[in-house]
Order: sequence, then structure tokens, then C-alpha cells
Amino acid sequence: MNRKDVIDFIYNEADLLDRMQWQSWIELYHPDARYWMPLEWQQTDPVLQPSLMYEDLLLLKVRVERLAGERTFSQKPKSRCHHLLQAPQLTALDEAAGTASTRTSFIYTETRGDVLERFSGWASHDLVTVDGALRIKLKRIDLINFDAPFSNIQLFM
Amino acid sequence: MAQYTGNAEAVSALVRDTEVHRDVYVDREIFELEMEHLFPSTWIYIGHASQLPNPGDFITATVGRQPVLATRHSNGTIHVFHNRCPHKGVKIASEACGNTGKFFRCPYHAWSFKTDGSLLAIPLKKGYDNTGLNEVQASEGLAKVAEFRVYRDFLFAKLKPGGLSFEDFFGESLSTIDNMIDRSPEGQLRIEATPIRYMHTCNWKMLVENQTDTCHPMVAHESSAGTAIKVWEREGAGSTETPMAVQLYAPFMSPYEFYEKAGLRVWANGHGHSGVANSIHADYSDIPGYFDSMVAAYGGTRAREILGDVRHNSIYFPNLLVKAPVQIIRNFIPIAVDKTLVESWVFRLVGAPDKFYERALMYNRFINAPTSIVGHDDLEMYERAQEGLNSDGNQWVNLQRLYDEDEEADVTAVINGTSERQMRNQFHAWKKFMTGAMQEGAAA
Repeated sequence: MNRKDVIDFIYNEADLLDRMQWQSWIELYHPDARYWMPLEWQQTDPVLQPSLMYEDLLLLKVRVERLAGERTFSQKPKSRCHHLLQAPQLTALDEAAGTASTRTSFIYTETRGDVLERFSGWASHDLVTVDGALRIKLKRIDLINFDAPFSNIQLFM
Repeated sequence: MAQYTGNAEAVSALVRDTEVHRDVYVDREIFELEMEHLFPSTWIYIGHASQLPNPGDFITATVGRQPVLATRHSNGTIHVFHNRCPHKGVKIASEACGNTGKFFRCPYHAWSFKTDGSLLAIPLKKGYDNTGLNEVQASEGLAKVAEFRVYRDFLFAKLKPGGLSFEDFFGESLSTIDNMIDRSPEGQLRIEATPIRYMHTCNWKMLVENQTDTCHPMVAHESSAGTAIKVWEREGAGSTETPMAVQLYAPFMSPYEFYEKAGLRVWANGHGHSGVANSIHADYSDIPGYFDSMVAAYGGTRAREILGDVRHNSIYFPNLLVKAPVQIIRNFIPIAVDKTLVESWVFRLVGAPDKFYERALMYNRFINAPTSIVGHDDLEMYERAQEGLNSDGNQWVNLQRLYDEDEEADVTAVINGTSERQMRNQFHAWKKFMTGAMQEGAAA
């Protein structure tokens, strides 16, 4: 595991989302992973401070399964998304331990029907190596306007 | 084409015993009349005293579309004003909350006001000598709202004078707010966090109605709650403990019979609640230490009574929802006829374990956030209704379930929980306050 592997991993994760490969996407997550979208600036606590999302693998699986549900009416028509990533910055790298942290500036677009919404922010990843493969332990999404009243955000940033 | 302005009879005709005309949801003129008459003549929630702990603290809110400002004065009293400078109308406070120090200073021309609203100073004041300034409203400082009331730390304002007093307007419905407060062993709630905000492209009343609509969860939320149950059954096989998350989602799939027996209570003036004998909030895991602290505070009998009251959704007409057992309130703020801002606030039960606060925050992001799958289910229905109502095929919305022609308005009653009576109750109140205020306006 080296610098390039980590950066490729980040790009690949976004690409799987853009191609709606939900199952392959979720397999990138560690069993103890969390997907976190804070609701406060430089938030430190996901449990006793409010968040937009703070979900474990079970809840991410619920979301992914729901997207394909026969009676998921908010996905008729289906949403699509697009990630435009700046080059990920490595904020930590321990090749021996197989761990890395990155911070990636992004513009995210989600569209459904005639509506298109655009979001800007930073994605932070904490990665670990399991059986020789990188896995996401924590993905944190900090939006620049985390406190604005959004309409539906149905996919993943 | 104005057809409703100044025509209380036409507004009245929009509400029948078991139906309402679609114009209540889609007509811009009706929305303007709601802003002009309904919201200013009813008691509207604007905030909680725990958001104003210190002198100089302020919060901003809206009543209908009108900006208001609540402050804690140096002597500890709370004051509520229209949030506009008496000079040019500039909003005095633009942030949701903050501390202004000893006075407010308008950022445009530096007119300043004490935290009780009185005019403190105007720069170059000699320019107003002999102009008669003291004879006009501008000299009185920040305009106070006609009435406000701090009820056990809950702040409500009414912009128009007259009409029903706070007690007469809310009556017995205050028992839900009481219950939420009493769930704290210290009898105190605290707001510590910013609300979750969620923009809805639908009329505000659709959200209010949905709160006591108990025939939609097992249908509209099959996609979210139903999937949560299915995934947990598969992934959680062998687990001894149901995660908090599954405990929060799963009850949404309760069958019709559950909601029928859970019951519904209506009160006068459009207030009411689902979940009388039972509710989807009744079966969450106990949190260690809490019950003992409640018994210590209230005695066993009273503690059981407080915790045994598991009301689901209580509507404080026109636009506030209170969920006492999970310590959440939701404010349905009208922006336009087809646009509603929902702000969902979580309270901390002072003196209770952190776990309650954790659960309330979790519930809020699961159900009330723009990222919430339950929220996605609901908003999809509201948006489809907002578009569908443009159809001229049928101009009436049906609210007939379990209608009884002997049904009285403005009474307290407990009925079958799948009744649409609370929706009928809300529209009765809507008609009453809309036309009452319109007639008053015409007489004045």
C-alpha cells in the first residue's frame, strides 16, 4: 500500500458511486465503518452533537437496498450523481500499518427528474488495510453550507 | 384575479365537513391571506428560554413570514419585537441567535436600542429637532409584538391584539408540553443544538396533516422502515439486542390495528394528537438509572404516570409539532404557497442520562433530515400532492375517514386512531381563525 494506492482508492470510490455500483461501493467499507455528515462547523462529536448522517454499515445497507426497492417511490424516477474531486491530500500515511487518512475537496451533483442540486465541501477518509485491501473506516463529509435547509439528498457524497 | 380577499364567505366555503378545496394548498391568494390573518391572530411558537440564558442573548424567528426577535434584557426579562429597525426597516438581528451586549445597534444608520426595545440613541439627533419625531412610531424603539407568553420556557407570540388568550387558545393541549418537560427529573428542558433544517416544496398544511395521518406509515415508509426491518432480520440474526436504530425505524411498520387502538385525541382550536393509549414511541429500551431518578424526583405513582403517557405527535395549531417521548419539536414555517421550511429541534432532558439526548438526535436525523430516508418517503408524497392538486378533475381533498355526522367541533374527544378527525379539526380551526380575522379586519 503506497501513496498512489490510496489516491486511486479515493477516485475509485467516487467512480463507483457515479456508476451506481452500490454493492461494490459498500464493499469498500470496513465492518465497523461510519459514514458521517456533521451539522456543525469543525464538529468533534457525532453522537451528542447533531449530524445530518452518522450511519454504520447496517444503515448504509438499508439505504442501498432501499434505493432498489419496488416501493421506493422517491426513486421513481431514479436519482443520479456526479463527483468532481480535487486531488486527494494525504493527511496521514503509515505504509507499514496499512493506514492512511485523506482530505478531498469536492463538488457533488445530485439530480432527479428535472431537478439538479449542487453541493461543495470536503470528504475526509480514514482508511485501514484488511487482508491486503484498503477499507474505509470513516468517511466524513463537511459541506460548506452544512446548516442550510436542503431538499432531499438521497445518494452518497 | 382576486376572489378571496375581503370575501370571508368564499374562504369559508373552501372547508366542508369532510372535504377541503384544493385552493387551500395551491392558491397564492389564500396563502397571502394566511400570512395576513391566520398566523398573526394565532399563538405561534418562536423559541425556548434556554436559548436565551444570559442578558443580551437573542434569537430570531418568523411568525408566518414576519421576522421577530426575542431578547433577554439586563433585568432577566424576555422581550419579543418585530425584527426591523423603526427607521428604515432593516433587520436588527440577522443571525439565528447571538448576544448583542447591552444594546442593539442598527448596522445601517446606528440607531440603537436597549434590550427591552426602547430607543437608546440616534446619531446626529439634532436633525430631528422640531420635526415631530416623538409623535411617530419610530421614536418608540423596536415595535413590540402584540402579545407573547413564556409558558414553562416555551415562547409563543401573537402579532395581532385581541382574540383568544394563550390559555384559551391552547387549553388542555398544553399537557403534551407539560409531559415533555416533566420527563426531565429536574423539570427542565434545554436546547443545545442547532436544528435540522429541511426545505419542502409543498404547502405547509400538508406537513401538519401528515403528523396525525396514521394510515400512511405502513404504506409510504415500507421503503425505509420496511427495508430496515428486512436488513436487520438478515444481518442481525443471532443478536441479543436490537440496535437503537432498528428500534426507532421498526415501529413505523406497525399494522393498521395498532394505530386504530392507539387512538387519537382532538382538542379545541385545531390542536390534537395521535397515540393516546399507545404509540410507536412506547417500546424503546429502558435507559439505566433514569427511572430511579424519576421516582426520586416525582414519587413512583407520578413518575409512572409521566412515562406512561406516550403520545405520538401533538399538533399545536397552526404549525408546531411536539413529540414528547423523544423530546423533539418541529416547526413548519411557511415560505410560499408551495414552499415550507421545516426546522426540527432536539431538547436535552436536564438531569437525564446522555443516552436520551443521543436517541433524540438519532431520531431527528433518521426521520427529519434532508438525508433521512423516512423524510424522502414523505416529501415525495407531498410533492406529488402539490403537483396533482393542479388537476381540475376533482377540486376537493377528502378527509372523510371515520367521519361521524354528530361530530362536534372545538371539543375534546378520544377516538379511533386511524380517524382523519384531527385533520378535520385543523381545518375547522383554519376556517374559524381565517374568517374571524378577515371579518374583524373588514369591521375595523
